Amino acid sequence: MSNLMLIAVLLMLMAVAYQMGLTRSRALATASGARLHSRPGYYGSLVALWCGLPALLIFLVWSWLQPALIRAILVAELPPEMASLGAQQTEVLMRRLAAVASGFADPGSVLAYESEIAARMQRLQAVGQMAKMALMAVAAVLGLLYARRRIMPELRARNQVEKVINITLAVCSGIAILTTIGIVLSMFGEAMRFFTFVSPVDFFFGTRWEPGYSSTGSGTTGSFGLLPLLSGTLLVSAIALLVSVPIGLMTAIYMAEYAPSWFRAFAKPVIEVLAGIPTIVYGVFALMVVGPFFAGIGEAIGIQIRATSALTAGFVMGVMIIPFVSSLSDDIITQVPRSMRDGSLGLGATRSETIRKVVLPAALPGIVGAFLLAASRAIGETMIVVLAAGNSPQLHGNPLEAVSTVTVSIVNQLTGDTDFASPQSLVAFALGLTLFVITLGLNVVALYIVRKYREQYE
Amino acid sequence: MNTPTTTTPLDEGARRQQLLDKVQKSLRRRHAAERRFRVLGLLAVVAGLSFVAILFASILSRGLPAFWQSTITVDVFFDPELIQVSAKPLQGRNETPAAFRERELAWQGELAMVNWNRILEDSVIAQRPELAQQRREVRALFTSAEKFRLRDRVFADPGLIGRTVTLDLLADANVDVWLRGNIDRSLPDSQQQLKPEVRALADRLKAEGMIAIKFSTALFTNPDSRSSPASSGLAGAFVGSLFMMLIVIFLAVPIAVASAIYLEEFAPSNRVTDVIEVNINNLAAVPSIVFGLLGAAIFINWFKMPLSAPLVGGLVLSLMTLPTVIIATRASLKAVPPSIRQAALGIGASKVQTVFHHVLPLALPGILTGAIIGVAQALGETAPLLLIGMSAFVANVPATPLDQSTALPVQIYLWQGNELRNFFEARTSAAIIVLLGLMISLNAFAIWLRKKFEVRW
Amino acid sequence: MNMANTKEIPLSRSFAQRTQAAPAAKLAKMSARDVKVYYGEAQALKGISVDIMQNEVIAFIGPSGCGKSTFLRTLNRMNDTIEGCRIEGEVTLDGKDIYDASLDVVLLRAQVGIVFQKPNPFPKSIYDNIAYGPRLHGLASTRTDLDEIVEKSLRRAGLWNEVKDRLQQPGTGLSGGQQQRLCIARAIAVSPEVILMDEPCSALDPIATAKIEELINELSSQYTIAIVTHSMQQAARVSHRTAYFHLGELIEVNATEKVFTQPEHELTEAYITGRFG
Repeated sequence: MSNLMLIAVLLMLMAVAYQMGLTRSRALATASGARLHSRPGYYGSLVALWCGLPALLIFLVWSWLQPALIRAILVAELPPEMASLGAQQTEVLMRRLAAVASGFADPGSVLAYESEIAARMQRLQAVGQMAKMALMAVAAVLGLLYARRRIMPELRARNQVEKVINITLAVCSGIAILTTIGIVLSMFGEAMRFFTFVSPVDFFFGTRWEPGYSSTGSGTTGSFGLLPLLSGTLLVSAIALLVSVPIGLMTAIYMAEYAPSWFRAFAKPVIEVLAGIPTIVYGVFALMVVGPFFAGIGEAIGIQIRATSALTAGFVMGVMIIPFVSSLSDDIITQVPRSMRDGSLGLGATRSETIRKVVLPAALPGIVGAFLLAASRAIGETMIVVLAAGNSPQLHGNPLEAVSTVTVSIVNQLTGDTDFASPQSLVAFALGLTLFVITLGLNVVALYIVRKYREQYE
Repeated sequence: MNTPTTTTPLDEGARRQQLLDKVQKSLRRRHAAERRFRVLGLLAVVAGLSFVAILFASILSRGLPAFWQSTITVDVFFDPELIQVSAKPLQGRNETPAAFRERELAWQGELAMVNWNRILEDSVIAQRPELAQQRREVRALFTSAEKFRLRDRVFADPGLIGRTVTLDLLADANVDVWLRGNIDRSLPDSQQQLKPEVRALADRLKAEGMIAIKFSTALFTNPDSRSSPASSGLAGAFVGSLFMMLIVIFLAVPIAVASAIYLEEFAPSNRVTDVIEVNINNLAAVPSIVFGLLGAAIFINWFKMPLSAPLVGGLVLSLMTLPTVIIATRASLKAVPPSIRQAALGIGASKVQTVFHHVLPLALPGILTGAIIGVAQALGETAPLLLIGMSAFVANVPATPLDQSTALPVQIYLWQGNELRNFFEARTSAAIIVLLGLMISLNAFAIWLRKKFEVRW
Repeated sequence: MNMANTKEIPLSRSFAQRTQAAPAAKLAKMSARDVKVYYGEAQALKGISVDIMQNEVIAFIGPSGCGKSTFLRTLNRMNDTIEGCRIEGEVTLDGKDIYDASLDVVLLRAQVGIVFQKPNPFPKSIYDNIAYGPRLHGLASTRTDLDEIVEKSLRRAGLWNEVKDRLQQPGTGLSGGQQQRLCIARAIAVSPEVILMDEPCSALDPIATAKIEELINELSSQYTIAIVTHSMQQAARVSHRTAYFHLGELIEVNATEKVFTQPEHELTEAYITGRFG
């Protein structure tokens, strides 16, 4: 019986348990004449939970442990000439065996001992599955009977069911924390492994990025200097902000202060479309349309502009962030109280004077926060730079030339065929850690500023 | 106290007039500044609008033609002379499925041995006898996957053998490029992809009407293909994306809604809750590629999950979408006025009953909208998928979430990098149109939901 | 009989002051003729006609929602900033129609200043708050001129002694009453001819209120002041004339003592005797 079937059967059993709890509690109430503490549905739910949860727990634990257990048994039983294999080869062998056992291997090439072990593996798996089923069945039935016996009018079924719900909800909200921990641990752990190959000083202060190619064990062959990538990242982000902040801010101002409502109703959603477009689309757009356009302009005015350059990537990224900046700015500008505006207008200021001299200075902290959030966006953006920045990890500040960024290098280092344990792959995690720390830092500061700003007007 | 210096009314009037003159004098400059500022704002909005217009116009103008492809209409004669295969096996009464499967495979093997190219060539020559000496050129007209389509037809219906069927077959990608003029026709032979004879033949057949540019469903129905670019399609990527979206819907959305409910309605306000809150806000701003690294390190390297599998992609995208949906859900829970909760609690409902019977139904439209926006975001995400091996070329439609697969945005990434630029530039844009179409439908659905169920307080 | 009804209103002090400060010339500074204001479909004012005399203090009273604030705001076109607001009728300043297309609203507001219900100092220093208007309008050509305007305005608003040592500190750091006097000083700094006050004391405590009222009395020698108030006592204390608004209509306008002692209209009487409001 497959796992999916198993769960389906369990769910059906829980439905039965619910019904049993329901009818039993009703019968009890009519028989004894006592008033039930909770509504019958809660007794049903309680029985269903007692029936389902322990079985589910067994299912999860068993499914988690079984492969490792079987593996341990098989490794222990390996023929003597295999027992001396290193960890790496054992791993390869085990994968091969799993393939043979599941019938996916090329039938002609299976060795006799392989098919023997594979058969053993299959048997073990079948036994494990049976045992799991049996255990679950026992747990489900026992739980059901126990809960059913406990049903009494004074049993506080609702409170118990609600407690389970409460705990489930709390566990769910813990997943976000787990994700963060996962990010930090994986990033940190792998980055540490990388730093056993390359010293952190060489990484953080190195000015050359030439990771080279390597297979397992060949050690360090390239140089892994972060600075060329960081400079590229900053260059592209700066261009993106130069495009998005003025346009986004002015858009927000125009929409909030000048645009007639019909125009706002039309233009606002249209501009927000820009925020919903996937980054890969921007990347292709940059590569096919914007890059050649800039190159054409460069040709026309006699300077060389590369089609894939910091300018192209930064410009398109800027376009992408416009709605982000404008909606943040819009929030912030509308936070400035109306009385402030009226005060200025009442003194005879024009609208633009009111905006420039009262609204914007008052909104400045919030706008700075928005600016930082936009910067963090730009720094973490990947696909646009992968396609349009030209992938040239050189330390220079010329926006018309190709650059490479931290995100581009992460993609490059992890999508090749290099071994996961080589510094060429592991460096991606050191880069990722750098990226994570930078964006997180910007974000924390920005959110702090924005919150302080909000409090000021609350 | 401050008594103002005594001024006669006349002095005062004169002084005021003087000031008014000053104001008057400044007016022209200030109104000009006002107009400039206003125009600047309008320009910014117009710039934003025109970016949208340019983006869509360029993608549509490049991509739409790719839905139409050069198609060769041929009366294909399934020549029994050439298709010499035994009868299609039928499952015997006492036969085990394995044995039947073996016989079926053997029969498939027989079919595969048939010279399908020859059938194509013969069919064209039967219509155009003058091409009898140009078999090689005729064969070059067709994209290589079409011979397999002939085979598959016979496999599905052996009754075709001996009959003639009129079929629309896709021309080779280079023929398509040539016929549409997507390559400079004046380039010397050395820079052309096709031999002069093939080009001449293609031109002739097009003039005669045998080759026409017709709407093709290949883009939707076929998986990716390297050997036969003209018939490459999005089916595999689409199913891969679909699997991932299902995982996001069934994993991320319930977890996110549950944690939002907990944080908004149940959580005691203490340090732990604060930490979770700050954590979620910051998680929402973590670059997507970092989630890809997380997937590579934890799911692939530690848990040994398969590379390129939609399951892993779905998990990574779920983690990425989580904060978005949590934040949206909390916002819509917050929008439910406290009076509703007080009313329910006041008549003796428990906290859980209040939330699940009264607050949630009211917040549902907002939650659904947030969930759809989260799913749309996940649908368009590329970078994290590249890191878990989804950038590999996959020629099959995945059958389960554990099979190798790509996703729509990844397919776009792969196609834009294809060497056959002239052909794939349009096909990339067409894929973008499909992706954007899906996303726009999702968002339109979200807007519709919000409009339909919106509750105003 | 009316005296009996209003005996709790302390009129004695204000009567005396008013007789001294009564307007010398009966000159209409501003006048409204049949002013109607609509917010979208709803009509907020149903044809208001009233004259505001040179150097008088006129109070607009009435129950909330009666349109008194709306009317005040039509006098320097603050309603322009509200979307969907439409105005009919004529308002003149020194005989010129302020809703005429050729009239510059900037110029109008330089002549007709306004002080709002809630003190709204800009998040700038005290100095910059006062200097804001003069800087905009280019009233001071040198720094000394500007310093002079700031000092004079603060002195007139009775705030100079309290803030002269901390001109560079933020205006938002002052107390509520000081903030409101700062806002008055800010309005004075552009030398308006008319000052509109929209319930200037409603957010203040009694002591701060008393200071503002004193200030209004002093300012009335140089400015024409229109004040909206929900407090009848305040109207009685500071104004020469009082106009009573009811549901978008002007019911009665008369010398303050007359309105409070012998109202002509029964609605006014009902209001001042506290039967509604």
